[in-house]
Amino acid sequence: MSEAIEPEIDIDALKEQGVDLDVAEKVAPEREISVEVGDALVQVQNLTIKFGGLTALDNVSFDINRGEILGLIGPNGAGKTTCFNAMTGVYKPTSGKVLLEGKPLNGLAQHKITRRGLARTFQNIRLFGEMTALENVVVGLDARHKTSVGGALFRLPTHTREEKTAVERGMALLEFVGIADHAHFLSRHLPYGYQRRLEIARALATDPKVLCLDEPAAGFNPAEKEELMALIRTIRNDGYTVLLIEHDMKLVMGVTDRIVVLEFGKKIADAVPKVIRDDPKVISAYLGEPEDDVA
Amino acid sequence: MSTTEGPTLIPDDAAAQAMADREAKGKPRKGWFPGLGEKWNALPRQTQWLFLIIVVVIAYLLPILNPPFITTEPGNNWQIALAQMSVYALVAVGLNVVVGYAGLLDLGYVAFFAVGSYTAAMFTSPDSPYLHIPYLWTLPLAMAITMFFGVLLGVPTLRLRGDYLAIVTLGFGEIVRILATIIPAMKGQVGFQNVGHPPGTDAEGQPIFLNSNGTPWYWLTLTIIIVVLLAAGNLERSRVGRAWIAIREDEDAAEIMGVPTFKYKVWAFAIGASVGGLSGALFAGQVGFVNNQKFDIATSILFLAAVVMGGTGNKVGAVLGGSLVAYIPLRFTAIAEFKYLIFGAALVLIMIFRPGGILPARQSLLAYGRTAYNKLREATGKKPAPGQLAPNTGKGAGDE
Ligand SMILES: Nc1ncnc2c1ncn2[C@@H]1O[C@H](COP(=O)(O)OP(=O)(O)OP(=O)(O)O)[C@@H](O)[C@H]1O
Ligand SMILES: [Mg+2]
Repeated sequence: MSEAIEPEIDIDALKEQGVDLDVAEKVAPEREISVEVGDALVQVQNLTIKFGGLTALDNVSFDINRGEILGLIGPNGAGKTTCFNAMTGVYKPTSGKVLLEGKPLNGLAQHKITRRGLARTFQNIRLFGEMTALENVVVGLDARHKTSVGGALFRLPTHTREEKTAVERGMALLEFVGIADHAHFLSRHLPYGYQRRLEIARALATDPKVLCLDEPAAGFNPAEKEELMALIRTIRNDGYTVLLIEHDMKLVMGVTDRIVVLEFGKKIADAVPKVIRDDPKVISAYLGEPEDDVA
Repeated sequence: MSTTEGPTLIPDDAAAQAMADREAKGKPRKGWFPGLGEKWNALPRQTQWLFLIIVVVIAYLLPILNPPFITTEPGNNWQIALAQMSVYALVAVGLNVVVGYAGLLDLGYVAFFAVGSYTAAMFTSPDSPYLHIPYLWTLPLAMAITMFFGVLLGVPTLRLRGDYLAIVTLGFGEIVRILATIIPAMKGQVGFQNVGHPPGTDAEGQPIFLNSNGTPWYWLTLTIIIVVLLAAGNLERSRVGRAWIAIREDEDAAEIMGVPTFKYKVWAFAIGASVGGLSGALFAGQVGFVNNQKFDIATSILFLAAVVMGGTGNKVGAVLGGSLVAYIPLRFTAIAEFKYLIFGAALVLIMIFRPGGILPARQSLLAYGRTAYNKLREATGKKPAPGQLAPNTGKGAGDE
């Protein structure tokens, strides 16, 4: 992976997946990333989070390389969501730090972390229910907009330009995740699967350098899960880096380039899927967890 | 009447699925005027403008028309009643920014109204020993001062959530009233007489803006309301409006999606406060007398009732709600004593049967969304289910 600088957008792979290239082009990341493809884009260093007496995350370190899909797995309560929350500034780490492009994120306000390039979805869907699908996505796009009260009140040119591009890019994002035909529906009226996809579109709208997905396929049937994994691959081929939390081992194995395994807040493995599959520690962690599919 | 919305109206898969989902969640959303917003949206632009112009013209003619049955006479002078209704409507539009858009429960909004009133009084009344300025200058001044107070109150308190914010704003409302009582310069119950008014005299040399003549005050306030509605519409269909609604819907998610939530909450407070101050100054001018008696908590609650009745988050609804709250006690003088009882009961009933208020239809949050949605509707060629579609109700002047 790290040998050569690959093209950011993998056009061949996108074609193979049957993705509309115009849409893919519009959705592709717009910002320069200072890290080369294959190098560490996010570095999680000795991250520890304690809730009172409970150590939810215990000295965890891993990197996310640019251009990869990194899986973060572990049994229920292993600390995966906590790890996301610490990265995106929801929780203050007890110790340790998170670097994006080599610069620390600690202490930044959450919305600033998002603007720096770390976007996420939620395990339990948290859309803005009284907004349409398109408006939800435009809120994400607003993260990169400059208009404030003055610009909006007097309809200054920046505002007009931003509003126009927002509608266009917003529709492209919805089309990319496959729900453009529902752009005008209130998000709380969307079918469940569409809501999950809308969460992804909204996170992509912030033009993230790393997209963090917290169990995006939760509650899906196997066919829907397959479709979603295909979407995640498309997102990567479009030039994004993805961190994916997922319970279903089989799916994770299929879609990720590398997997980090957590158990009781500790990292117990970090390797390519093939190795993880046969790791005795991982197998025992999952066997102790009766509700989960063991691959 | 709207329970007829059913899956049969929309015969495609996705919609059927959506329907099933809604049914799983509970009853489909009810509306008194199903599809009204949709029909409005389908109208051509020119028709919409024509309709709006007619509404505005009728509004301006109201004091002259003095329509039977609707009029508050003989109990109360109709023109003065209209002037008061318009002030309440403006208050509701301002409070709607805070409560309806940003979802911040402000129980002390009357404080800003009071600050605006006192600004107008203290800079124009002969009872006041301070600098005197022309009345019309007190309008922007009142906005600036109340905006300052809004920020002053907002910065420390907007880090609080929900209940705490409500309690702090409640306290603030009382503080202003009590200060007006104990600070000698604010003259407590004695108050300020002969508050100023805009210039101009009629043919007989009488000032146009008399306290006893409501019509010019009503026209002035109505004009201001239209300007404020246009401004609110511009904010609504922008990054600012979306930030507010996102905060109202899920503050944590908004912050994580990159909305600077604190900054926009302070803006909501500041803008809401300045409109409150503006309406206070208009009120002071129209009544001509300001003392500490009119700014109690009950008035705050009345303002809030106006917003909730009209339809939280809908600026046109706020205008309706504000006017109604002022109108009912003036029209039905026999029951005016029981106005709190009546509004209380009305609110309970509205909450049960019509949780969205009189005009619950939400507004569009995109300046150029209409084109995109229309294109989509043509492309898919289907009619979206009423209540699912989120059209802009549009009565708020100046869509797009
Ligand atoms: N805010 C909090 N306060 C106290 N304890 C918490 C908090 N958030 C998480 N925890 C605890 O931290 C541990 C890790 O939780 P976390 O949500 O990160 O698990 P997870 O790996 O995401 O699990 P799941 O697969 O169920 O989503 C759990 O024991 C949980 O109860
Ligand atoms: Mg979790």
